[in-house]
Amino acid sequence: MAKIGTIHNRDSFLNKISKSLNRPRLTGPIPRPEWKYQPQHEVFKGASPDELLDIMKVHCQKIHTNLYETDLKGLPDVLNEVVEGYGGGPVVISKDERFSEWGLDSLLKKEWPSRDMAVFEWDYTLGDENVRRAEQANVGITISEITLAESATVVLFSDKDHGRTINFLPATSIMLIPKSTLVPRFTQAAVKMREIHQQTGRVASCINFITGPSNSADIELNLVVGVHGPIKASYIVIHDL
Amino acid sequence: MAMKISTEKFNDRVEQGIHDSFMRGAVAGAQDGMGVKRRVVTTDELSNWEDWRNHAEEIRQHVLANLDYYLEQLSENIAQRGGHVFFAQTKEEANEYIRGVVQRKKAKKIVKSKSMVTEEISLNAMLEEEGCEVVETDLGEYILQLDDHDPPSHIVVPALHKNKEQIRDVFAQKIGYTKTSTPEELAYHARVTLREKFLEADLGITGCNFAVAETGSFCLVTNEGNADLVTALPKTQITVMGMERLVPTFEEMEVLVSMLTRSAVGQKLTSYITVLTGPREELDVDGPEEFHLVIVDNGRSDILGTEFQSILQCIRCGACINVCPVYRHIGGHSYGSIYPGPVGAVLSPLLGGYDDFKELPYASTLCGACTEVCPVKIPLHQLLHKHRQVIVEKEGKAPFSEKMLMKAFGLGAASPALYNMGSKMAPVAMNPFTVGDKISKGPGPLKAWTEIREFPAPNKERFRDWFKNREKGGE
Ligand code: SF4
Repeated sequence: MAKIGTIHNRDSFLNKISKSLNRPRLTGPIPRPEWKYQPQHEVFKGASPDELLDIMKVHCQKIHTNLYETDLKGLPDVLNEVVEGYGGGPVVISKDERFSEWGLDSLLKKEWPSRDMAVFEWDYTLGDENVRRAEQANVGITISEITLAESATVVLFSDKDHGRTINFLPATSIMLIPKSTLVPRFTQAAVKMREIHQQTGRVASCINFITGPSNSADIELNLVVGVHGPIKASYIVIHDL
Repeated sequence: MAMKISTEKFNDRVEQGIHDSFMRGAVAGAQDGMGVKRRVVTTDELSNWEDWRNHAEEIRQHVLANLDYYLEQLSENIAQRGGHVFFAQTKEEANEYIRGVVQRKKAKKIVKSKSMVTEEISLNAMLEEEGCEVVETDLGEYILQLDDHDPPSHIVVPALHKNKEQIRDVFAQKIGYTKTSTPEELAYHARVTLREKFLEADLGITGCNFAVAETGSFCLVTNEGNADLVTALPKTQITVMGMERLVPTFEEMEVLVSMLTRSAVGQKLTSYITVLTGPREELDVDGPEEFHLVIVDNGRSDILGTEFQSILQCIRCGACINVCPVYRHIGGHSYGSIYPGPVGAVLSPLLGGYDDFKELPYASTLCGACTEVCPVKIPLHQLLHKHRQVIVEKEGKAPFSEKMLMKAFGLGAASPALYNMGSKMAPVAMNPFTVGDKISKGPGPLKAWTEIREFPAPNKERFRDWFKNREKGGE
């Protein structure tokens, strides 16, 4: 558990606010408001996983992201193909048992290294060396925890085994997406995040919502794909349902 | 950069603005693209847009009405996670606290992601005084910083007024760039140059799109991924937020982020939405070891409880700027504030005082396009009107006559088109969803615009009518 942080100047600051609002300071917990409008829950309500996947596929075309589909059996081949398409290694992956459960051990631990494609698995005991490896990597591979169909967005939670920079420092990015993680939109992910917090009292220190590769329209409003984050991104949807 | 970006007189700035033909073309292009087309194309799924706006508005109003409570909750939760919170009444207090952190950490190399509030408090000037190298990492901000701190002209696309040849020249002069003016090559060069800066930085500074009271979190909304490197690599992080930028829980954050990305850039979500909570956890490898949140008042509490309170609902999406006919005509720099366009014309006099910004409420046709497009339903044109009333009361007269104003905007009596345009745009702007069909069938946004302009004007008090009325009122 982290040390408790400090808070400075709070009372005078908040007293000024309550004075401006012309009422005493609010202290006790205030009940969660009953909102009059809740349009967000209506979007793609009741859509099946297949329908959600279709929605996501359509949107992928707008975000410069290739979407591949495979079952578990075909996963090693598809992953190999996409990584080769990006020019091979070095590859950096998060430390996650699912890679092994999905039958990727042979590819990641034997085949690629034997072809001179280095694979680095995130290892917190090595400290900053992880960041150095991520910076040198050509491809970063991570697994989506929640996937938003509407915007074709993957959601990642950081922890000691899931470094933040795997998704930002490598030149290209591949996200493995179990089809079972699909939800209609951001709304369901937000509800889930609250649930996790209420159940565990914790929130990951970094939650990333990632939608395609990095881009910018800052120069004459021309869209340039690939600015500070990955220059290219691919999604591999795994039919796990 | 402070809030005020120019010492020239309002009329002179406007004069320069309307003679800058690239700028005007760029602004027009941006408005056509961002103000109309992208909105229609990307928001058509949200058929019940008015419900979304109503919900966003009720969230923002609820937070403002209970602001002290939510700020207290936010600060408690951040401290629980080991983060430090500093409440700064003034920009001086904010800068002093940050100076203290910089000195204690002996920070010399600082990377920043885009933040309006740090501009508002002139943070970079203080950091440079401390001998730090401060690098803006948002591409648009980086371009402006390299060009001897050229001020931003748009709150979402800060370097909108610059063309790619100018950008190439700046890169060539300042960072030894030798390639062409294609945006891809320019951006790639910035990527490589800035990557070094990220890796060697000892302090990262960000703004805050929305803080989340219930969990002590905050989120950053970007497309470039720069904010993620700013918050993942340096060992110390300072985040600066305007005190009103928060929501009760993740669920309201979600709604406002969705409204922001749609209204700002016409995207369902930007490439990166990043939700951060406290410093890194014990065994984490990346993310800051030390986290500070600086919550800034700087005049905001004086707006609370007044007739201008609703401007604090603003989520800085820029949509009002993208549809404003006056902004289109005079460009961002004419406003003389880091906050241009309708939002700036309301906010700048409130935060910066009428002395410096009393002309801004007149840089509007009161056509109402801004109000109709605002995702959190701020009655912008009514607030502008209120400003004018306050100014007239204070000064005993308006700072302008009609003639001066028309002249300032470069308009003869024979060219009233500008002032009609705004009101005639309003039907497009106010309901991008229901008119979606009509527009997407057209050959392009420009055509759509001209078609719309032939529609009868909505029944609103317009600029010229307003002037007429005012004249009748006996001036
Ligand atoms: S006033 Fe409304 S439209 Fe303008 S920037 Fe703020 S939220 Fe956006």
